[in-house]
Amino acid sequence: MTMTKTTYREAVRAGLREALQRDPLVFLMGEDVGRYGGTYACSHGLLEEFGPERIRDAPLSESAFVGAGIGAALGGMKPIVEVMTVNFSLLALDQIVNNAATIRHMSGGQFSIPLVLRMATGGGRQVAAQHSHSFEGWYAHIPGITVLTPATVTDAKGMLLAALREPDPVLIFEHAYLYPMEGELEEAGLVDISKAALRRQGRDVSLLTFGGSLWKSLEAAERLAAEGIEAEVIDLRVLRPLDTATILASVRKTHRAVIVDEAWRTGSFAAEISAQIMEGAFYDLDGPVARVCSAEAPLPYPKHLEDAALPNVEGIARAVRGLLGA
Amino acid sequence: MNVPADRNHALELLRQMLRIRRFEEKTAELYSLGKIRGFLHLYIGEEAVAVGALQALGPEDAVVATYREHGHALVRGTPAGSLMAELYGKANGCARGRGGSMHFFDASRRFYGGLAIVGGGLPVAVGLALADKLQGRPRVTACFFGDGAVAEGEFHESLNLAALWKLPVLFLCENNLYAMGTALARHQSQTDIARKAQAYNLPGEAVDGMDVLAVEAATAGAVETVRGGGGPYLLEYRTYRFRAHSMYDAERYRTKDEVEQWKQRDPIAAFEGLLREWKCLTSDDLAAIEADIAAEIDKAVAFAEAGAWEPVEDLTKDVYTERT
Repeated sequence: MTMTKTTYREAVRAGLREALQRDPLVFLMGEDVGRYGGTYACSHGLLEEFGPERIRDAPLSESAFVGAGIGAALGGMKPIVEVMTVNFSLLALDQIVNNAATIRHMSGGQFSIPLVLRMATGGGRQVAAQHSHSFEGWYAHIPGITVLTPATVTDAKGMLLAALREPDPVLIFEHAYLYPMEGELEEAGLVDISKAALRRQGRDVSLLTFGGSLWKSLEAAERLAAEGIEAEVIDLRVLRPLDTATILASVRKTHRAVIVDEAWRTGSFAAEISAQIMEGAFYDLDGPVARVCSAEAPLPYPKHLEDAALPNVEGIARAVRGLLGA
Repeated sequence: MNVPADRNHALELLRQMLRIRRFEEKTAELYSLGKIRGFLHLYIGEEAVAVGALQALGPEDAVVATYREHGHALVRGTPAGSLMAELYGKANGCARGRGGSMHFFDASRRFYGGLAIVGGGLPVAVGLALADKLQGRPRVTACFFGDGAVAEGEFHESLNLAALWKLPVLFLCENNLYAMGTALARHQSQTDIARKAQAYNLPGEAVDGMDVLAVEAATAGAVETVRGGGGPYLLEYRTYRFRAHSMYDAERYRTKDEVEQWKQRDPIAAFEGLLREWKCLTSDDLAAIEADIAAEIDKAVAFAEAGAWEPVEDLTKDVYTERT
């Protein structure tokens, strides 16, 4: 196994480059992926290396180019479609929900759609209500697609390469806050995209989280450790199909669960995790499941209000203390 | 118009139109018997479009159609029994019974649905054509949609994208004058649909959709341009739906007179008349064609009746590709 220090952004780019080098059927398509180099610079330099046929700048027609990705996948290609952010993916919902997710089942298994759809997600950068959504939990509601939320540099690269080996549509949500983050890139073969990951061992409480919230949860766990509370941190990584076994095993060990999810609480993916715990580990719990989610309001622009709206380290620590009566 | 050089081909056009009509008349009957449920959108009146247009395609080409696609699948060659079984919801249907009337699929004939969200098929067709272009295959993707789809953003996005990237897509608009119950003039500021192509810099042409020979000739011309690398092409077939939008439609939005007037232009009766005029068709010929079709449809119904239901245990099979 080799380890290299790199940023999340560079890890995504390394994944894209390796995919394009390895398989001539792979191409990248999306808004500003070429000349501009990617809104988050993930595809910087790829146009020069692979040319405009394989690095395709698309017009601002989310429905058309996501649908074209579906069609190209049906036609034997392996498209990577980048929708700039999850906010704009709403303009392509028809294609994702009505076509990508249904065609295999609805056709009686005649067609496969090996499409990889990448997009940035999440808030925390003072870009206000229309550019800060977290809808990965919504997408995880839909059978027929796989939903990945890489939180580490290793997953940023590895999950992309693993997604390209899938015969069915995969949505990858990259938290926009993570792109400049540095980390150790582990290169140890194919990354698993079926399991949650234990990021920190603990005995007192399970922090169940994913994406950008992983790092806040780990920081909260450090803060709690100083107080003598050992929190276990599980990175869900794959929202669909969900690795329920890992969640339940951790809760059975710690007997307490706090779910950290940047989406709104009502009807959230956090609610789904909570229900899974009720169904599978109710009698192992020493207290109610707690959730740390965003405030029930469109995300505002000013920093003090945005900070107050999003899950934060102290809020997570406070939820844990509340659960333990500490 | 001239006597067709190839009499057999002319008779084949008539036979295909009649197949669609008789097949659908049977489905309406089976619907009232409760054998077919859900939505059932009949194509009766529009047969010349599917029959004429699909002559221009080869087996390597792709077809993307709508929820009113019984005719297209029949002409494309999917066996009538497999389609009838799909309408029954039986496992021997062309999509294992899972799609029903609106979702015919046939991978072996490159028939990609049966996609029932208005406008939703256009981007998929653009992508199929992109795959062909990237892999250097001289194929064409034919995408059928109705006049209602012209109001959807996906129509405009798709025409622009296909023209921008010079992709081999045939955009085939079946303008039957109504988006369900909303007349064209009540949903389009510009009712001349073919002209909309100009905005996206691709050729557009309106064709009499009640004339199978005109449809065939125009589509063949468009296919030649598209296959030759000329980029996409928009054809608007002006046609009319004789039956209700679906089986639950009280037809309050149009007059009986209007429907009767269009029925005077029935594409099958018109073509039959022409063939008789040209001495290409005798009453015996027609009786033989009708008898063949009746036998085919009886067989199709028997195939559907004999089909099994998909086991409930398979309900979630193929949500994802099965892992071995």
